[in-house]
Amino acid sequence: MLTVEGLKARYGRIEALKGVDLTVGAGEIVALVGANGAGKTTLLRTISGIEPAAAGRIVFEGQPIERLASHVRVARGISQSPEGRQVFAPLSVEDNLRLGGYRRRDGAAAATADLERCFTLFPILKERRRQAAGSLSGGQQQMLAIGRALMAAPKLLLLDEPSLGLAPVIVDQILAAITRLRSEGMTVLLVEQNAAAALAIADRGYVLELGTVTLTGTGRALLDDPKVREAYLGV
Amino acid sequence: MAEFLQFAFSGLTVGAVYALVALGFTLIYNASDVVNFAQGDFVMIGGMSTVFLYATGVPLPLAAIIAILTAVIVGLLLHRLAIEPARGASPVTLIIITIGASMFIRGVAQIVFDKQFHQLPAFSGDRPIEILGATLLPQSLWVLGGGLAVFVALWLFLERTLIGKAVLATAANRLGARLVGINTAVILAIAFGVSASIGALAGVLATPITLTRFDLGTIMTLKGFAAAMLGGMGSPLGAVVGGLLLGLIEAFGAGYISSVYKDGFSFIAILVVLFVMPRGLFGGRSVERV
Ligand SMILES: Nc1ncnc2c1ncn2[C@@H]1O[C@H](COP(=O)(O)OP(=O)(O)OP(=O)(O)O)[C@@H](O)[C@H]1O
Ligand SMILES: [Mg+2]
Repeated sequence: MLTVEGLKARYGRIEALKGVDLTVGAGEIVALVGANGAGKTTLLRTISGIEPAAAGRIVFEGQPIERLASHVRVARGISQSPEGRQVFAPLSVEDNLRLGGYRRRDGAAAATADLERCFTLFPILKERRRQAAGSLSGGQQQMLAIGRALMAAPKLLLLDEPSLGLAPVIVDQILAAITRLRSEGMTVLLVEQNAAAALAIADRGYVLELGTVTLTGTGRALLDDPKVREAYLGV
Repeated sequence: MAEFLQFAFSGLTVGAVYALVALGFTLIYNASDVVNFAQGDFVMIGGMSTVFLYATGVPLPLAAIIAILTAVIVGLLLHRLAIEPARGASPVTLIIITIGASMFIRGVAQIVFDKQFHQLPAFSGDRPIEILGATLLPQSLWVLGGGLAVFVALWLFLERTLIGKAVLATAANRLGARLVGINTAVILAIAFGVSASIGALAGVLATPITLTRFDLGTIMTLKGFAAAMLGGMGSPLGAVVGGLLLGLIEAFGAGYISSVYKDGFSFIAILVVLFVMPRGLFGGRSVERV
C-alpha cells in the first residue's frame, strides 16, 4: 500500500532522514520505533506532505505522491494523528471530528456513520461532544486526534506517539482501539517510543536510528532481538 | 429625550460602520492571527470606487457591486503578494507588512482617484424620519441594516458551514488543519476576500453620510481596531458590540461634553475596558492549549 524509497528530509542543514526505505502492506500494523530525535516524526510529516522530501520516493497505491500537496494526500486516503495531538482547542469535540472529514466526498450520511463509529471506539468523546476540545484531558485529546484522523475514512492511518504522556489504563485503551481498527481492515503505521507496547501489537516493525532504518522484522522477532531489548526495552 | 435619541441615532450609525470594519479585522485575525492594518483601506476603496464609477454614469447598485469586487481583488492580492510569501513570519512582521500595504494602497488611490473629499447621494432620499422628536436619516437605516445583515451572514458562515469551521480550525491550529486536508492558503485567501468585501460594503453604505477620501483608511483602521479590541479581538459578537459602543461613546461624548475631545473619550473608554478586562468584553474565547 505504501512504499518509501531512499527518502531524505532536512531541516536547513540538519539531515533528519538519510535515505529511509519502508513498506506498509494493506491491513498491517507496522510499528516504527527509535530514540528521541531519530526522525520518526519527520518521516510521518514527510509522508503526509507537511515537510517536503529532499530526495527519494513515496509511493501510495502505486502512485508517486511525494510532490502532492498535503490536502491532496488526505483526499487520496492518508491521514495522521500527529505528535502533540494538534486538536482545534476552541472548537467543540464534534466540530473537530467533523473537520476530520473535510476532504470526504462521499456524502453526509457516510460521515455521520463514521462519527458514530468514532463514538463507539471512544465513548467518552460522545459524552463530551459539545465541549471545547481544549478542555479535554490529555488522554481524551489523544482519542480525539485519532478519531479526527479516522473521520477522513483513510486507507492508511499514521499515528505519532499516541501513548505519550498518558496513564497506563488509557494507553491500554488506545492500543486496544488500534488493534480493533486492524480487525476492521485499517492499515496503520504506528510511531512509538513505548517500543514494547507498539511491537506487541504490530505485524512488523522498523527501528529508526539517526535518520536510517537499522533493523526490521516481525513485531515478535524485534521484541526478541537482543539489540532491541537492550536499546529500547531496557532489559 | 429628543436630544438623547438624536445622539443615540448618530452614535449607532457611526458605530455600525466601525462594527463592520471590526468584523473584517476579526475574520482575518481568526484565520491567520494577522491584524490587518490595511482593513480601513477596503472601506476607502469601496466608497471611492463607487463614487468614481457613479460619476461616469454607472448606475449606483452596479457601481457598488463593482467597487466591492475591486476591494475583494485588492484583498486577494494583498494576501497573495504580501502575506503568503511571508508565511511563517512572526505576527509582528505580518502586521508591519499590512501597514506597508496600507500606505501603498493609499498612494495608489491618490493617483487613481484624487485628493478631494467625495460623497454619494443617499440611497433612499434625504428626508429624515421623525421619531419622538429626533430625526433619523434613511441612510442610517441602510448602514444599520447592512451591518446586521453582514453580522448574521458571517455568523452563519463561521458556525454553520464546514468551510467556516475550516477558517476557525486554521486559526486554532495550522498544522492540525493541514493534516485534516484543509488547504490553508485557500482558507486565508477566503478570509482576506470576505474581509475586504465587508470593509468595502461599509464604505459604500457610509459614504452618503460621512464623505470619503483616499486616506479615509487610516482613521477607519484605527476606529475598527479600537472597536475590535474593545469587544475582544477574534469575537464577531465582540466586534459588533465594540463598534456600536465606540460609536455611542463618541456621539454622547461629543454631544454632552465637547466635540473637540470626541476621539479622546473613546480611547479613554477603551483603556478602561482593557484595564479591567484585558481580553476585551467578549474575548474569553481562547482556551488553554494542553
Ligand atoms: N522543526 C525542526 N527544525 C529543525 N530541526 C528539527 C525540527 N524538527 C525536528 N528536528 C530535528 O530533526 C531530527 C529528527 O526529529 P524528529 O522529531 O523527527 O524525531 P523523533 O524521532 O520524532 O523524536 P521524538 O521521539 O522526540 O519525537 C532531530 O535531530 C530534531 O532535532
Ligand atoms: Mg517525534
